[in-house]
Amino acid sequence: MNALIFYSFAAILLFAAVMVITVRNPVKAALFLVLAFFTSAGIWLMLHAEFLAISLVLVYVGAVLVLFLFVVMMLDIDVAPLKEGFARYLPLGILVAALIVVEMITVLNAPAFNIAAPEVVEESNTKQLGRLLYTVYVYPFEIASVILTVAIVAAITLTLREHSRKLQDISKQVAVRREDRVRLVNLRKKQDEGDQAP
Amino acid sequence: MIVLSDYLILAALLFSLAVAGIFLNRKNIIILLMCIELMLLAVNLNFIAFSHFSGDPAGQVFVFFILTVAAAEAAIGLAILVLLFRNLSTINVADLDRLKG
Repeated sequence: MNALIFYSFAAILLFAAVMVITVRNPVKAALFLVLAFFTSAGIWLMLHAEFLAISLVLVYVGAVLVLFLFVVMMLDIDVAPLKEGFARYLPLGILVAALIVVEMITVLNAPAFNIAAPEVVEESNTKQLGRLLYTVYVYPFEIASVILTVAIVAAITLTLREHSRKLQDISKQVAVRREDRVRLVNLRKKQDEGDQAP
Repeated sequence: MIVLSDYLILAALLFSLAVAGIFLNRKNIIILLMCIELMLLAVNLNFIAFSHFSGDPAGQVFVFFILTVAAAEAAIGLAILVLLFRNLSTINVADLDRLKG
């Protein structure tokens, strides 16, 4: 049963990855990437990494891939020239990928990696992770938060446009005079002129 | 029975697909970024498989940090991409030759 679930999830994951790299439309590629991340969250659940599986769905599918989709839809891309060279580089790409796969399989089929899963610890995965994260790895954890802050600041400063900011100039607002804002119009006179004009 | 090498081979296949994707889509920066995300996913799968089969949750902490850095990388990369498109109106790698590299 476990094997069946694993192999079907692996097949879906590889199918989604193939579609990501071959599909023409970047929006479809992003959606297949969503499928790939969901499926690998399922595989991570099989490996008893529940917290990370959920955070993969929340952080990746919920934030990063939505960001990807937003950017793809914001840009008005002409896809046709971006796909040129696809057929030209196809043999080279397949060759390199096949070489990597053959090498990795040769190495990974060693008996050292042929171990079965150990007994499952009856403790909550989140509890285990939290205990490690807030004791042994507390310093890297804080550095990670600094990295995220830097990323926010960098992303906002990069895309900020000077003239699109709406800043209040308080001294200008205070110094405004009545003549700048109010224009008195003599309505009666205007109407008379309007009657005479046609 | 699923052993450790099954997970590792799956991760290797995913990684090699991402490498092939970088070869095939060398003109389109968005797909290149997606391929980098796929590579990071394969690496994370390796980490989690080793963590599970050796019974040490420390490997999952590293996946946590990789997720953090990858999110930051995607945010900054896409910001640069938007800036690039605003200035040049293209995301074709072949047109990005201002640095004469």
